[in-house]
Amino acid sequence: MGESGCGKSTLLRHLTGLKRPAAGDIFYHGINFWERSRKKRIQLMQQCGVLYQSGALWSSMTIGENVALPLQQFTSVSDELIKKIVDIKLALVGLKGFSNYLPSAISGGMRKRAGLARAIALDPEIVFFDEPSAGLDPISSRMLDDLILELRDSLGATIVIVTHELASIFAIADDSIFLDTETRTMLATGDPKVLAEKSDNSKVKQFLSRSSSVKE
Amino acid sequence: MNPECISQLNEDGHTLSLIFSGSWTIGNLPFSLPDVQTLLAGKIARICFDTSSLNQWDSSFLVEIAAITELATSKTISVDVNGLPVGIRKLLLLTQKKTAIPPTDYSFESNLFEEIGKHTLRIAEQVLEMFAFTGEIFLSYLRFCTGKARYLKKDLMFFLYDCGPQALPIITLISFLVGFTLAFIGAVQLKMFGADIYVANLVGLTMTREMGPMMAAIIMAGRTGASYAAQLGTMQVNEEVDALQTMGINPLDFLVLPRMTALIIMMPMLAIFSDFIGIAGGFFIGCFSLDISPSLYYEQTIQAVTLNHFLVGIIKSVVFGYLVAFCGCLKGMLCGRSADAVGKATTSAVVTAIVLIVITDAGFTFFFNVIGI
Repeated sequence: MGESGCGKSTLLRHLTGLKRPAAGDIFYHGINFWERSRKKRIQLMQQCGVLYQSGALWSSMTIGENVALPLQQFTSVSDELIKKIVDIKLALVGLKGFSNYLPSAISGGMRKRAGLARAIALDPEIVFFDEPSAGLDPISSRMLDDLILELRDSLGATIVIVTHELASIFAIADDSIFLDTETRTMLATGDPKVLAEKSDNSKVKQFLSRSSSVKE
Repeated sequence: MNPECISQLNEDGHTLSLIFSGSWTIGNLPFSLPDVQTLLAGKIARICFDTSSLNQWDSSFLVEIAAITELATSKTISVDVNGLPVGIRKLLLLTQKKTAIPPTDYSFESNLFEEIGKHTLRIAEQVLEMFAFTGEIFLSYLRFCTGKARYLKKDLMFFLYDCGPQALPIITLISFLVGFTLAFIGAVQLKMFGADIYVANLVGLTMTREMGPMMAAIIMAGRTGASYAAQLGTMQVNEEVDALQTMGINPLDFLVLPRMTALIIMMPMLAIFSDFIGIAGGFFIGCFSLDISPSLYYEQTIQAVTLNHFLVGIIKSVVFGYLVAFCGCLKGMLCGRSADAVGKATTSAVVTAIVLIVITDAGFTFFFNVIGI
């Protein structure tokens, strides 16, 4: 978490293998990501799912085809089973029966949920979310947060969320990193609820209490 | 460890236990499950699961459990999910949660007649859109002439540069090769009559009246028309056009006018440039392959190509310039709001422009022939 421009999305691009870090390393299970061959990197990336801000569904494909693509590309599963898995994934995100719809035919919130179904298509170990509640109404945002928590508990996946939505931060996170816009470094780490109460850093306090200034 | 499932009928005779062991993951497919359909056909009233020996599971296991649960529920057999891993129980609950209801007015399939009808309506719609857009452009030019149009002069300068000097290399290459090819083909036929020298007439007239303006227009349709459609289409996707509208700036004045004006101004110049380069291509073949003396070829060209021929080409090129810019801007401005729509708009801009160029050229040729120019 952090203010706009602090590098949250850039960090996410590094974590998801889209951007090579100018300095520093990315480790997955103790494996240095960028020291591996391209093939190995792709294998590691398959263990991650990403939900982008807009859902990033491929507009020329139906919702079902979007979810099925990673399964078709990276597994040798039969088309029949792929269809069943797609149906289950869509049911998990509350989109049962939407398999044949094009992304343009559904709402923004649904597109995000469909993006989530695609992100968990390969049962990833880590699911990254880039501003999941951006552009959603409070109810849809809350529903998405609940869904993320339910999927975390049931799939056992690690969830990494980049956000500045306080409601989502407090609802979902049990650990957090606060990035600073000026120094472009970590300013604080820990449980956001604890940070909100006990952090002695004025910026962190200001951010988590959603105030325009902090009384010292 | 291989995935296994054993079915066991409990002592009460009404409860079926399914005992899972091994790794039920996508990598261990195919799974061999007992025929649950048959097993549930008897006096079974309850089904339960034993997963104490289950090592690993993923979505593929969930698919099987969901299918069994659904089957049992449809036969009013009670399902005891307590023996399942907690994760699977939670996922099952999620799949059974209330979901959004798909809209019913969304059609997935249509028959031939429906398709023909839809296409006809779409064509009629497109024709109407073209007329409406023409009217809007006319109004936009009225505002332009009265100084009321809001646009950036630097945009106009940029587009003038983009569709003028920037296009010269490709126009040079294509026009030279067209003149070159025309001279070759003409020479073969004319040589039979000993009229090699008329290659200069053939190349000169064809380039100035037809090929110069047409090749320039086709190149610009592929290069600039497509670029206009993609630029404006992407602006639609990014809601940049909406932003202009909400600010009270007419998108046609701001976005379409500079592009269209630039192309209408530059196209005749490109056509004249193309004429000269094409004639140079013919000259090259005439002098070096057909052994016609350069001065003779030059004289013959001057005699054959009069100012009228150039004017015909210039008039055509102005109209072609309008058509290319019109198609590019029309398709871009009416583009949908997805990446797919931008692709379709770009393709459609190029295809429509080329079709209109060829049709208009045929009309012009007929007209000039009738009036004797």
